[in-house]
Amino acid sequence: MQPKGHFGVYGGQYVAETLMGPLQELAAAYDEAKKDPEFQREFQEILHDYVGRESPITVCKRLSAHLGGATIVLKREDLNHTGAHKVNNTIGQALLAKRMGKKRLIAETGAGMHGVATATVAALLGMPCEVYMGAIDVKRQSPNVERMQMLGAKVHAIEEGSATLKDAMNEALRDWVTNCDDTFYVIGTVAGPYPYPDMVRDFQRVIGDEARRQCLAKFGRLPDQAIACVGGGSNAMGLFAGFLDDKEVKLVGVEAGGKGIPSGEHAASINGGRLGVLHGAKTMLLQTDVGNIIDTYSVSAGLDYPGVGPEHCYLHDIGRAEYSVICDDEAIAAFDDLCRFEGIIPAMESSHALAEAIKRAPTLPKETILLVNLSGRGDKDMENIMAYKKARGLKG
Amino acid sequence: MSDRITKCFAKAKAEGRGAFVSYLTMGYPTLRQSEDAVDDLVAGGVDIVELGVPFSDPFADGAVIRSAAYKALENGVTLDDVLAAAKRIRAKHPETALVVFTYYNLIFSKGLEAFAKAAADSDIDAVLSVDLPLEERDELLDVLKPYGITYIPLIAPNTPIERVVQSAEGLDNSFLYIITVKGITGARAELPSDLTARLDAIRAAVKIPIAAGFGISTKAQAEVVSRHADGFVVGSALVKRLGAEGKIEGELLP
Repeated sequence: MQPKGHFGVYGGQYVAETLMGPLQELAAAYDEAKKDPEFQREFQEILHDYVGRESPITVCKRLSAHLGGATIVLKREDLNHTGAHKVNNTIGQALLAKRMGKKRLIAETGAGMHGVATATVAALLGMPCEVYMGAIDVKRQSPNVERMQMLGAKVHAIEEGSATLKDAMNEALRDWVTNCDDTFYVIGTVAGPYPYPDMVRDFQRVIGDEARRQCLAKFGRLPDQAIACVGGGSNAMGLFAGFLDDKEVKLVGVEAGGKGIPSGEHAASINGGRLGVLHGAKTMLLQTDVGNIIDTYSVSAGLDYPGVGPEHCYLHDIGRAEYSVICDDEAIAAFDDLCRFEGIIPAMESSHALAEAIKRAPTLPKETILLVNLSGRGDKDMENIMAYKKARGLKG
Repeated sequence: MSDRITKCFAKAKAEGRGAFVSYLTMGYPTLRQSEDAVDDLVAGGVDIVELGVPFSDPFADGAVIRSAAYKALENGVTLDDVLAAAKRIRAKHPETALVVFTYYNLIFSKGLEAFAKAAADSDIDAVLSVDLPLEERDELLDVLKPYGITYIPLIAPNTPIERVVQSAEGLDNSFLYIITVKGITGARAELPSDLTARLDAIRAAVKIPIAAGFGISTKAQAEVVSRHADGFVVGSALVKRLGAEGKIEGELLP
């Protein structure tokens, strides 16, 4: 049994002393809410009536036939309200905020999906919401900025540091440490200090629990592999949580390889990083030799984070999950494949998981089921993908 | 183990004043200028100097110290540079207590043992890490102890008294750094009205000295705080002045 908040050597609560009180208050409130049937009922009700759960699983018949191997099955988080898995978690945290009597929600966001999901639930519950976003991300994800504003949230563009997700998280922490009495910090992934990695996993485990049930109902058995992309790792942890005890199900996390690990331009913290401490947790980090945090790179803004959830590092260490790397070009090719063979436009993040399945499928028999978490839809990525292809002379 | 920190507080007490603790971001505006500024601080009456190590992600700092850190990083200043500077500072100022003030990843990344060895070689008295609370600090303290280096815990306005007591436990030649306000570093026009009562309560509960910081920038504020604490900390105001004037001459506080 691990001590609370630690996964092997990973995790913990590496925060400013002022945040220890609020974190203890949060952990206690979450423990209570978790056991409270009324809280769980309200959470499930919103997931059902508002998000549209459960999301289906879809067999990729044409794509699988084309690859001539294993059967690829998608868990369709792209069909959720707001278009990604992020909303599962923001609903859980916002309900908890309300229960704790907090008056205001803040969030960090990279690609903007978590920001949109937080702004959405803030509107639903009638709470003011402020979102911190790196100035570079504000520019490259402007449709999501407009969505957040449309939903009534205030978006702060952070100009300093590398002006991306990590800097947005720094600023959100500064806000929280100043306003912790009345403010709830909605973290978007399974990173950060305890209890966030546990809490976000629990709110996202609906993905894995549903998928497990659906596979049993549809195929009469569990999938052979469960594959998901990993930035901070919330959609992957949500999927994995449903299968952790099923030792026969191989768990595969896919990190963003950007231009390749040797290039140094990537966001693969487990495969290309070193143990460190950032944003409240001990975890694998992309950092310089002297311990400063490195700017990450990926074609997918949602995977562009220099750290990773501590539980993933632990699952990697104990060999329960494996973590591979998919580069930009492979993710773009997988994106194209899903569009053309299945009529589904996936998010660039999810395209990384899909690319890993496409790589594995041809060598495996048809009976092998590769369950891929399609964590989000790709509407938000249109402009970036067109620009990426144009720059490389690829056809749209 | 040296007892410099204890002596600094005893000396200030004997002189009927609060110990003057100051912070500088090393490497800002340049490493040389920050190093020279320590001479000015000591000449101006500072007892304990916190040597700030610049970090890429200064999430506990206000605008002044953040921009100083970014500039210091542009100058290429690392933890090793700060420790080397500390060694030179020590040679000139044998009685001034020196504290390495850092985010935890910088010392963790170097390796705790290697860091402790290098810090001892520079005759550093203590370490303060802004993101290493009571629950996580033992792994560092266990390594520092054999080298005779102590740790400075931060105490927040919302830290319960029992936790304040726990934070002070097992620390010799140290002091508690009492954060005056919830929030980040930086000068504030007014200190909270309940601060003096809070300081009295903390001082009554622990044996080691206490120094209050965050938001202190004037002589008047320092004097008020010194009536209820054993010392006061000034950071952003001095960093700002060093950035604007390139050195810190004459009276340290307006």
